[in-house]
Amino acid sequence: MAWLLNHLQVTLASLGRLYRQPIATLMTVAVIAIALTLPISLYVAINNLSQLSAHWDSSTQISAFLYPQVNKQQAQILVGRLRLNKDIRSVKLIDKQTGLAEFKKTSGFNDALKFLNTNPLPIVLVIQPDIDSAQPLKTTQLLQHLQNENQIELAQLDIQWVKRLFALLEIANRSIWVLGSLLALAVLLIVGNTIRLDIQNRRAEIEVAKLIGASDAFIRRPFLYAGLWYGLLGGLLAGLLSSFSFMLIAPPVHRLTLLYHSSFQLSGPSLSQILILISISCLLGLGGSWLAVSRHLKDIEPV
Amino acid sequence: MIHFDNVSKRYAGSHDALKRINLRLPKGQMAFLTGHSGAGKSTLLKLIAIIERPTRGRIYLDGVNLNNIRNRHIPYIRRNIGIIFQNHHLLYDRPVFDNVAMPLVIQGYRHKEIQKRVRAALNQVGLLHKEKAAPITLSGGEQQRVGIARAIVHKPALLLADEPTGNLDPDLSRDVMQLFARFNQVGTSVLIASHNLDLIRAMGTPVISLQDGKVSNNTLPYYHPA
Ligand SMILES: Nc1ncnc2c1ncn2[C@@H]1O[C@H](COP(=O)(O)OP(=O)(O)O)[C@@H](O)[C@H]1O
Ligand SMILES: [Mg+2]
Repeated sequence: MAWLLNHLQVTLASLGRLYRQPIATLMTVAVIAIALTLPISLYVAINNLSQLSAHWDSSTQISAFLYPQVNKQQAQILVGRLRLNKDIRSVKLIDKQTGLAEFKKTSGFNDALKFLNTNPLPIVLVIQPDIDSAQPLKTTQLLQHLQNENQIELAQLDIQWVKRLFALLEIANRSIWVLGSLLALAVLLIVGNTIRLDIQNRRAEIEVAKLIGASDAFIRRPFLYAGLWYGLLGGLLAGLLSSFSFMLIAPPVHRLTLLYHSSFQLSGPSLSQILILISISCLLGLGGSWLAVSRHLKDIEPV
Repeated sequence: MIHFDNVSKRYAGSHDALKRINLRLPKGQMAFLTGHSGAGKSTLLKLIAIIERPTRGRIYLDGVNLNNIRNRHIPYIRRNIGIIFQNHHLLYDRPVFDNVAMPLVIQGYRHKEIQKRVRAALNQVGLLHKEKAAPITLSGGEQQRVGIARAIVHKPALLLADEPTGNLDPDLSRDVMQLFARFNQVGTSVLIASHNLDLIRAMGTPVISLQDGKVSNNTLPYYHPA
């Protein structure tokens, strides 16, 4: 209980110390916040893009072209069978007439087609896969499965661009981790340096404390708490900054996507993401001060 | 209380500051340590507080061989010692009360106990009315007494003082020395380094004289030269 009380006292005392040097504290906190805002914002932005692409991916469909000699009755039996497949959400049959009508409407070959006395188009099945976008391999398997059907001449899925987007997002994702690690290291060093200066400024106090029998843990404590505070405040500010940035760019992004008939909404960092950010920031603050404390406190001995 | 067994101390890149020191300070005893400047008085006190380590020989504090004390256990040794050193001034960023309370805070005393003991210590040095004052507003003598209050607030068994009257006028010096004598009367062992020979003579307290790092004279009752 007394131990807990002491910790609480030290916690508040170190916060009070930061409060009494507002400019210096604000500078350090701002630098930490900026260093953290960059990776978290990029991370959230890429998350947004991934969701967007997942949406597109699930709307991809497979077109299965049947052999010309397959008639509508046979096709309907095939449709019935395919509907039992759990990887398929829906199957739509486009018969020869509908196909031709659509073709005439969209191709502009209307007049040319009049000269044909037979309908050259095959029956087409438009298949909507029911596959999690995170499993592109399963889509390929389904495609293979369809290809093996006797009556299907060609099953086609334009998945290439989705794959490319995924690959790009993967690169971006990795880059963020690299960038994030570097900036985390920067935060560690910033806090470490700030605490190092703090230790130097309080040299007299540390000497007296050691002389009258303060344990190393006791002397370390206020500096570690200061580091924790820097981390907490920096993390909070980073959370605010990144949320604010997303609030600023969300409306124009929404207007842009409306032009593409998409209902996509840019979403800023979620509460849990911000909480994780703050936790990481606290750990970095604590780690930075630990580095400074373990390197510099033992240099100070009463003489 | 203190036992030096053939202790030598050589600072890196320097001559021997102490040479084969043998001495015993019995529990509850008060003694002065004198000698010219550079004789090794400060060094001897620092060895007791483990601020320095001996090059040779053994130092026992209350029967404990200080050579066996690991660095991380030094704080617990120092908690039994009240130290008044010239170059360990008060902390000027906090009031007198907080300065005196430091040893108790470090040892995790409760708030109420701290209040009681700090007031008692300030009362003993006659500065109870200054507890809220900033140290910078006090005179040299008053600051010295705050330092003494800080050294005795946790009731250590041993008091070490290095030139405690160094920059005080004779009247104030006598007051401070009498303060030490009073702590000694209630059972605290006291060792004071000083070259204020007039004052020492007037006190009638045993004297250990150092000359060039050796004990040249010792009027302690139990002293047996090696
Ligand atoms: N940190 C140190 N490094 C090197 N030599 C020192 C150091 N401290 C003291 N000395 C030397 O040790 C000798 C004793 O010094 P000191 O114990 O301070 O004497 P006193 O306190 O009696 O004046 C002196 O010659 C001094 O120069
Ligand atoms: Mg000296």
